[in-house]
Amino acid sequence: MALLRVDNMTHYFEGLRAVHNYNLILEPGHIVGLIGPNGAGKTTIFNLISGIHTPTEGNIELDGHNLIGHYPHKIASMGLGRTFQNLLLWRHMTVLEHVKMACYSQLGYGVLGAFFGSRRCHKEEKRITSKAMHLLETFNVVQFSSQLAVSLPYGAQRRLEMARAMATNPKVLLLDEPTAGMTPDELNRMITIIRKVHQDFDVAIFMIEHRLKFVMDLCERIQTLVFGEVIAEGTPDEIKNNPHVIEAYLGKEDVT
Amino acid sequence: MASQEQNTRQGNKKGFRAWLQKLLAGIPLIGWISGLFAAVLIEYFLGDLISYYLGLPKIPVLFGFLTVLKKPLLMPGTIGYLILVYGLPILLIAKSLRKPANKLAAFLDKGPVSVGAVIHLGLFYGAMHFWTDLSDYRLLVLKLTMIAIMLTLSINVINGYMGEFSCSHPGFMALGAYGASTITLLLFANDKLFGDALLPEALGLYFFPLALIAGGLIAALGALIIAIPSFRTRGDYLAIISLAFLFIVKSLIENLEFIGGPRGMSSQPNYSNLPMVFIVMVLCIWIINNFVRSTMGKALNAVRDNELAAEVMTVNTRKTKIIAFMFGAFWAGVAGGLFAHVLRYVNPGSFGIQRLAEILAMVYFGGLNSVTGSIVGAVSISILSEALRPLEIYKWIIIPLLLILVMLFRPTGLIAFTEFNPKELMKPKKKRIEEQ
Repeated sequence: MALLRVDNMTHYFEGLRAVHNYNLILEPGHIVGLIGPNGAGKTTIFNLISGIHTPTEGNIELDGHNLIGHYPHKIASMGLGRTFQNLLLWRHMTVLEHVKMACYSQLGYGVLGAFFGSRRCHKEEKRITSKAMHLLETFNVVQFSSQLAVSLPYGAQRRLEMARAMATNPKVLLLDEPTAGMTPDELNRMITIIRKVHQDFDVAIFMIEHRLKFVMDLCERIQTLVFGEVIAEGTPDEIKNNPHVIEAYLGKEDVT
Repeated sequence: MASQEQNTRQGNKKGFRAWLQKLLAGIPLIGWISGLFAAVLIEYFLGDLISYYLGLPKIPVLFGFLTVLKKPLLMPGTIGYLILVYGLPILLIAKSLRKPANKLAAFLDKGPVSVGAVIHLGLFYGAMHFWTDLSDYRLLVLKLTMIAIMLTLSINVINGYMGEFSCSHPGFMALGAYGASTITLLLFANDKLFGDALLPEALGLYFFPLALIAGGLIAALGALIIAIPSFRTRGDYLAIISLAFLFIVKSLIENLEFIGGPRGMSSQPNYSNLPMVFIVMVLCIWIINNFVRSTMGKALNAVRDNELAAEVMTVNTRKTKIIAFMFGAFWAGVAGGLFAHVLRYVNPGSFGIQRLAEILAMVYFGGLNSVTGSIVGAVSISILSEALRPLEIYKWIIIPLLLILVMLFRPTGLIAFTEFNPKELMKPKKKRIEEQ
């Protein structure tokens, strides 16, 4: 059974059709890529899946649960982690606090516990602190744990964002351009990290990416989105040689 | 070596600062509080004598500000009094008690934080008790300052920790003040509005905390009116909504005849005594500090810094906003209840824009997102506005000017974005490393 399943999803922004008849089946343990020119609606699809927008039509299921109409935080705690294209970090919070914050839905104490500093509250805080430290170690940012996240080097910020997303215990991870603005060196390191996450945490990954080398390396299947519609879907090799894809990226070949 | 060179180059000032630092190092908090306690005792028993020999008409009530501003010629005597009664005793006793105080602090450090805190606070309360015993004016100023601390902390939860500019705090305060007053007047006092007391007056003081809580809960319910719009809007628009709420509350109270209308409510029983205000304030600081240090409380910061990221990272932003508004309003309501019983008179006029400006000044002066900052801001602005009272209208030039200066040099306030850790505060202090 598919872990994440999107059926016939269509979305309009005030009459502008952003996504049309979009379908996705993500099997457990798979990595699927989504490519397409700027403005094709890739991030919109992510926002629709994670509940930031509600699709005009269509259905989204995660592990058999319908996601339509739920708030994003509910969807996230059901097992959908994501990162953002433009790193949405919290300005005044430390690295450790970032990862702890993503454990919000797993907190085993209530508001009153937080007010009165109950024993349970202290225990839970300790538990998520050690979980967060473990994640920081995995993503190799543990040395920054007490620094403000915004003061970190760019690559470390990207890794922190991954650690934060993994703290929500996702079954499916959505990565929105994980290599945006990276040097080739950092890019290779990112490939290793994503492979590692994929194996160690047993998540299915759905990612948006512009760099074809990166997508071809990692993904089992690739979708190409142009003007909100999928024009091609297949293995990396099929996509590489698909004339529609070449046309969308490079323009029509004029043979005269 | 380098620092020594700098010392000689920068001359006296640096040397003086280093000397001062060396003088003050190594004294734990409990040492300072003991010094304060001793100074207050000296004033209590010898204050009259000392002020007589220094040519002062009576003991300077508020650190001599009032005396000096009224009669500048008394300045040397006042300064001498301050040094003799406060400066020297605090310094000498704190310094001489350094070793036992450090031992005591080390001993308390091993035990639970609560025990240490109770001992520190008890000693501090003792000092406050003797200090206020000398004059009713001091007592009033101190109580109002403690209430100001509660108000500042509670608005900091909304404006600082969650970063919404809420202007409705006097409204919450009014709800709490009227709620608590209605209960105490109805049950325990013979007054014009509600007639004879329904319960024996002796029970009053024990019921008073419940009345305060009820007032706080009414304010928290009122806060829902702002919390719900805050789901859809923020920033300037929410500020305007909250301002509207303030006016709604004010005109509502003005038009409800059964709670006195514009004439207000008076003759509340004298329940807000010093221990009551002090205990409620300590509870307020403790609970708010617990909350903002927990991950659930840090969710407010996440909502402030990036709401979308918070939501996607499983933070229930709606619940967080409701908690922040209701929690802040609750403590504002409790502070309002205390306020009504300190002045023993409330009218809608005391919960207007003027009060809002005062609270906002305290929180922005002290520093956003910081418990310490709130305390510093509230204490300094309330003491300053009392101390400058003889200047009359010029007071309202000096204080805003000070605020502008703080905003220029420290845009987020004096002590912003810090964590208040009682354990760290009460730790024994080791003397700095001596010169190599």
